[in-house]
Amino acid sequence: MSQSHRINGGQIDRSKTLHFTFDGLPYQGHPGDTLASALLANGVRLMGRSFKYHRPRGPISSGSEEPNALVELRTDGRQEPNTRATVAELYDGLTANSQNRWPSLRFDAMGINDKLSTFFAAGFYYKTFMWPKSFWEKLYEPIIRRAAGLGSVTREEDPDGYDKGFLHCDLLVIGAGPAGLMAALTAGRAGKRVILADEDFRMGGRLNAETFAVGDSQGADWAAATVAELSSLPNVRLMTRTTVVGAFDHGIYSAVERVSDHLPTPAAGKPRQILWRIYSAKAILAGGATERPIAFENNDRPGIMMAGSLRAYANRWGVKVGERIAVFTNNDDGIRTAQDLKAKGVDVVAVIDSREGGDLLPGIRHLQGAEVIDTSGKLGLTSITIRQANGRSESIAVDALGVSGGWNPNVNIHSHHRSRPVYDAAIAAFVPGKDGPPGLLVAGAAAGQMSTHAALRTGRDAAIAALDLTTGPDLPQAEDAPVRITPLWHVAYGKGRAWIDQQNDVTVKDVKLAKQENFTSVEHLKRYTTLGMATDQGKTGNVIGLAVMAELTGRSIPETGTTIYRPPYTPVAMGTLAGRSRGREFKPFRLTPSHHWAKEQGAIFVEVGNWLRTQWVPKAGETEWRQSVDREVLATRKSVGICDVTTLGKIDIQGTDAGAFLDKVYANTFSTLAVGKCRYGLMLREDGIVFDDGTTARMGEHEYVMTTTTANAVTVFRHLEFCRQVLWPEMDVQLISTTEAWAQFSVAGPNARNLLAKVVDQDISDTAFPYMGAGNITVGGLRARLFRISFSGELAYEIAVPTRYGDALLREMLAKGAEYDPIVYGTEALGVMRIEKGHVAGGELNGQSTALNMGLGKMVSKKKDSIGMVLSQREGLTDETGYRLVGVKPVDPQAKLTAGSHFLEKGAGPVAANDGGWLTSKVYSPHLGCDIALGYLKAGDKKIGQRMRIVNLLAGLDTEVEIISPHMFDPEGERLRG
Amino acid sequence: MASLMAMTALGRRDPATVTHGPLTISERTDVALASVAARKGRMANLSASARAAGLHLPGPATHSQGTPYSAFWVAPEMWFVEAPFASHELIADMLKAALGDAASITEQTDAWVAFDVAAPDLAPLLERLCNVDFPAVPQGHATRTVIEHLGVYLIKHGPGTARIYGPRSSAESLLHAVETAAHALW
Amino acid sequence: MIIHHPILGPRDAQEFVYLGDASLIDRPDGMTAGVEAFHDYLYNRTNPAGEHQELWYHEQGDRSWLVVTRNTVTHEITKVELARDVARARGRTK
Repeated sequence: MSQSHRINGGQIDRSKTLHFTFDGLPYQGHPGDTLASALLANGVRLMGRSFKYHRPRGPISSGSEEPNALVELRTDGRQEPNTRATVAELYDGLTANSQNRWPSLRFDAMGINDKLSTFFAAGFYYKTFMWPKSFWEKLYEPIIRRAAGLGSVTREEDPDGYDKGFLHCDLLVIGAGPAGLMAALTAGRAGKRVILADEDFRMGGRLNAETFAVGDSQGADWAAATVAELSSLPNVRLMTRTTVVGAFDHGIYSAVERVSDHLPTPAAGKPRQILWRIYSAKAILAGGATERPIAFENNDRPGIMMAGSLRAYANRWGVKVGERIAVFTNNDDGIRTAQDLKAKGVDVVAVIDSREGGDLLPGIRHLQGAEVIDTSGKLGLTSITIRQANGRSESIAVDALGVSGGWNPNVNIHSHHRSRPVYDAAIAAFVPGKDGPPGLLVAGAAAGQMSTHAALRTGRDAAIAALDLTTGPDLPQAEDAPVRITPLWHVAYGKGRAWIDQQNDVTVKDVKLAKQENFTSVEHLKRYTTLGMATDQGKTGNVIGLAVMAELTGRSIPETGTTIYRPPYTPVAMGTLAGRSRGREFKPFRLTPSHHWAKEQGAIFVEVGNWLRTQWVPKAGETEWRQSVDREVLATRKSVGICDVTTLGKIDIQGTDAGAFLDKVYANTFSTLAVGKCRYGLMLREDGIVFDDGTTARMGEHEYVMTTTTANAVTVFRHLEFCRQVLWPEMDVQLISTTEAWAQFSVAGPNARNLLAKVVDQDISDTAFPYMGAGNITVGGLRARLFRISFSGELAYEIAVPTRYGDALLREMLAKGAEYDPIVYGTEALGVMRIEKGHVAGGELNGQSTALNMGLGKMVSKKKDSIGMVLSQREGLTDETGYRLVGVKPVDPQAKLTAGSHFLEKGAGPVAANDGGWLTSKVYSPHLGCDIALGYLKAGDKKIGQRMRIVNLLAGLDTEVEIISPHMFDPEGERLRG
Repeated sequence: MASLMAMTALGRRDPATVTHGPLTISERTDVALASVAARKGRMANLSASARAAGLHLPGPATHSQGTPYSAFWVAPEMWFVEAPFASHELIADMLKAALGDAASITEQTDAWVAFDVAAPDLAPLLERLCNVDFPAVPQGHATRTVIEHLGVYLIKHGPGTARIYGPRSSAESLLHAVETAAHALW
Repeated sequence: MIIHHPILGPRDAQEFVYLGDASLIDRPDGMTAGVEAFHDYLYNRTNPAGEHQELWYHEQGDRSWLVVTRNTVTHEITKVELARDVARARGRTK
């Protein structure tokens, strides 16, 4: 029996049939259906089980506020839990499954929770699972996690892509109901750049769900015609399936566009969703309103839903939810449902109207002053029990009940900057308050303007006001009915549970319990009962919950107030927030000039920030990384090795005050450096801690080239700009980064000069190019730079050519210098050689250490003012017994060291009081034939030659070591000056 | 001039051209680039000598087209100057000779990779890549912006033509980002 | 947030790096001021709930350091100046 509950009319395309399955059973629907409307058309009311009590549930709404009808959509990697069936657009081949049930939706073993509900009231977990403490993690939590909860997450990778983007406009209109359409039309016709965004796949808002006329046509037809006009305007961008999820500072809004969710799979290369960042100084919130229920006993059975949704399913989707329908209302809008359904030929059995007096509805059993006090039906509604004004109860057989407790304006986005909505007794609802996001106006039902006419008028007027226009379109004729409501939040009769928040299974009893335990503030009420949490964030339940609390405490509703509204308006998938930044695309890569050569050689790369640097270059037969690294170190020390050092930051510093500027930013002096020379520089932070180090060369009278560490290239540049612009604004200094402009190679080893001599055009003998020399040279006529600096302790140079020639220079050096058996070494060998030589790097430049700690205290000149000079002299930083950099080697050459291990005196217990410091860096030294390390040791300069222990309880290490000078290789520096 | 063979930022001998749908991305290796910054208090001297050299130094956020020198503003009293690589490989030296000591001049040619992007309308592509309001800014607009975490310069030469200067070492990542956005669109 | 750059107009705060209180402009002279003065300069700041002058760096822009006057409660920005101009006005020289 296909689509047994389909009636005529609606905005669905009956010429096409879509096939889908729910819990494995096949069904049919039409384009324009949601999963919920299609299931209801097929007579399926039961769509899920509740969070805590596993109660059978069906949809209570037809929109994004849905708390109940949550399903797992799609399968495998695309499986998406907690998808609201009420907004999932139907497509051919859609597969959905119910969730939070076992073994099946109709028979759920965990339904036992419902029988045990006394034990599951609010605060149950807090009180019950207090002790023994260890049971929580091991026993209680896993059981509760299994029993409670919503959908399950797929364990597979999401195969789809997500995107991000940026949009700009003069006016963002949020919501395309009558108010939003009119606002967009007003601004669009005035030539303004407009973005109109709506979460629905069809614009028109409630006009699509109502039978009202707008002007000469049906509301839905007016909406379609208006959309057609807007789409013809080049200055208007219409975005359907796009939810504005948050308002941020200064006119920045975020929106999620579901580009491909209505398709079985996204088209090749196309994203599934796009997260837009929208810049708009002015915006209009026209997000409409959400109908709220009334709490009464067993008000959560499938078949009971919002009266306006019952009407929407009939008018928009051509679906009758039941064969015999009743309406329970406290306001005139519920009456509309009865009238519309009757006009559609549906059997409307009764209207239970909680209000007294007024005109009786013609042709419908209209019970005034009556209430629904209970319902029955195991897996779906079969009857309701009503209590009439005269106190008599009566059972009425119905399979659908529409409930209307009034409409709540969707103030959420207006409250994202903590603006508190205010209570409007005339409509018994909260409306936007003061101090909303600057530039954001509210129109239509979101502003508490509930009639169609008011929506059109306030939409137009808001656009005129926002954009300083003088006029707008004429308003078409539309209904302007007043809101007539007598608040009724919950029905007092009945002893059973009456649901307020169906998603979290929060009942009136839970609110009473919260009050009893003095959790009376709305924020406490929320945390204690979980009211308003989870995927729907209480869109249907919150206001009833606080109204019940107000009633219990004797406070007014305004005094009770609402909780804070925060983004996102509706749930956003994690993938959407990540956008393209996942897997290998998490961040961009930086490749060195020698990258392609190294790749050809099968080099191993290491990520250093965004850089991919060569870590080592294995040769045939080498099976372990240490073999390659040891070989690279020994070959360099024996003859010559080449390393790509392009990643070091390079900053070009020019100007007549360049030297004076460097004196300010470096602890040591640079203004006296001769042209054509370079010097090691130590840069401090203002607090006296070492910030960075590197060599800086003077290339001309007013021209220096600074080198920074790879890691600090960006922060040093930022710091220099701060010094230049903010601290010494009158200095004549200009800065520009040249890190990427030059391919730079370190050439180190006894044959470094011999090799380079075969490549460069100039005389680079020791006389012509002495230690710490720097200058412009040429390589086969090509402009190049040469610096005679060393971090390895070897005779070494750094040679630089424009980056595009870097690959060729490396190949040229290897070819022309072949007789010296040059090798290329990576960052591991670089590390071994700098540690053998006692140079500080990453582990020592740890953001806690001073020049004195590093044994470089004398470099801090006190003859000039420099950043950090004064505070480096603070008492606590100049302690004689403070940490000093030392070298470490094990007494037994076979023993192993580990960085991070702590120094202890022999016989001292491994407790913090005995801690002498720690190892900062450790390598195996092929030169010394054992592990060596650098470390910070208290009064370490006075302990050279002593024996201590290195202890690492995590690694099970307790090793006797000798404290030695950090300059473990060629301490006199004869090799590098050779 | 040099005996060494140049390699492009994408690791090839020749500049790359990629097309996808209406979009063409062309790597430009034939542009020489240098930064020119006025020495303190020397802006008037710099303007005069630049004018004499046929170099117009435009105002903020602007690119100025010229022969042989074009220029765009990058920071207060600082510009990037473009010229044909074939004739101006030594652009920094040439500018120093022309502008004297009124400016600090630094070679930037190989610090950047240049991609020219062209399509009938670039707005849909660029709105997926950066926060620049491309349709609204005038022709000749030059700005620094961020594309997939990379700091780049974007120069609008027309509604359908723009040049992107990105960090040379990330040329592959930048090209990949533009290509991915293009595939998401077309 | 949007910062109205004095030269470049409205720019997304994502392009900037935040440093902190603009009193960092007032660095003492290391040759005459002592540890105490530097200690106050570096560590002692007011932390107002309200109008606050802050240093922001346009790293993904023109590399200007800016002094932004911002209300820390509402995030309203009432003034944006080039830090260099502010520093000069406060008498900072070489």
